[in-house]
Amino acid sequence: MNPDFVLWLAAILFGIGAFGLITRRNALVAFMCVELMLNAANLVLVTMSEVHGGLDGQVAALFVMVVAAAEVVVGLSIIVMVYRSRRSVSVDTASLLKR
Amino acid sequence: MIPLALETDILFAICGPLAVAGALGLVLFRKAVYSALSLAFTMLNLAALYVGMDAPMLAAAQIIVYTGAIMMLFLFVLMLVGVDRSDSLVETLKGQRIWAVIGAVGISGLLIAGTGQMVTRALGVRSANGEFGSNVQGLAALIFGKYVFPFELTSALLITAAVGAMILAQNVRLTPKLSQREMSVQRMKAYADSGTHPGALPSSGVVALHNSIAVPALLPDGSIAPDSVSETLHTRGAILDTAELSQATAKNFGLIAAATGTELGNDTNSGGEIE
Repeated sequence: MNPDFVLWLAAILFGIGAFGLITRRNALVAFMCVELMLNAANLVLVTMSEVHGGLDGQVAALFVMVVAAAEVVVGLSIIVMVYRSRRSVSVDTASLLKR
Repeated sequence: MIPLALETDILFAICGPLAVAGALGLVLFRKAVYSALSLAFTMLNLAALYVGMDAPMLAAAQIIVYTGAIMMLFLFVLMLVGVDRSDSLVETLKGQRIWAVIGAVGISGLLIAGTGQMVTRALGVRSANGEFGSNVQGLAALIFGKYVFPFELTSALLITAAVGAMILAQNVRLTPKLSQREMSVQRMKAYADSGTHPGALPSSGVVALHNSIAVPALLPDGSIAPDSVSETLHTRGAILDTAELSQATAKNFGLIAAATGTELGNDTNSGGEIE
């Protein structure tokens, strides 16, 4: 497959993820949009590994996966904690600093 | 011109648009569960693309780690916090959607324009894969050779994340837990001070046609024992009317009495006391 097209696909996925992160107010969906952006970055890494003919990009993508897994664990437990105290996962409810 | 392998082009033509469709589903579905499933679908398609790019190890990791572990963790938390809620359509910030669309299209456009026709020649990872036998061995040689220190750091990161999640998920007790002895002392003190019965609470009532926990027990004088029904049922107002329930018994006793022409003992006179 043409690496250019894959890079375009990654750019489009990244844009969609950024759009969702800005507009969705459910913290879980916003978090999933971050995952989508990470996946787009992974796609770029793998494509570039293909372009340059080395496996370093794939190793980097593996590391990104590990970091994403750790991030999800901590992020989700934070969301569960916020839900426990506020009975809501909307990002608009956590606004104590504003008052 | 980049030499093209036909099969991978077809793979990309199928999986690329499907991945975009899944991503759009993630952003546009109102219900969070649909969003999560759309994202899982996108990730599966990306795994297929990885296979097409000679990265079978990453494809497997993508399916196992992302679709298998991370997305299921998301779904689990979704179930925990309630799935039936969907996002409200009201914009809290004026013009947020329009600007978000402009920003997203801008980012994508900038990235596409920036990378554009940058790649002129793809070397392919076939030779790199073949160097150590296969993709997995090649990755292993890199991870445990050149990248062994970052690899060790990721293990530290994972442990930190696990400990952090455990601490975050822990419920901190605000008051110390009472021991059996302290509770019994409290009970006896309450008995001495206010005469509260220290023993077990009375069980719920049993009448001829009902023995659910919502039926209050009757005291010898025919009044209701308030402690015999759980407080939760009291607040919900889910308590059944004992007088009405015991009417059935009273009626049957009355029928028997009428048929035989005799009184069935003193209990039947007031009917309502029969449980």
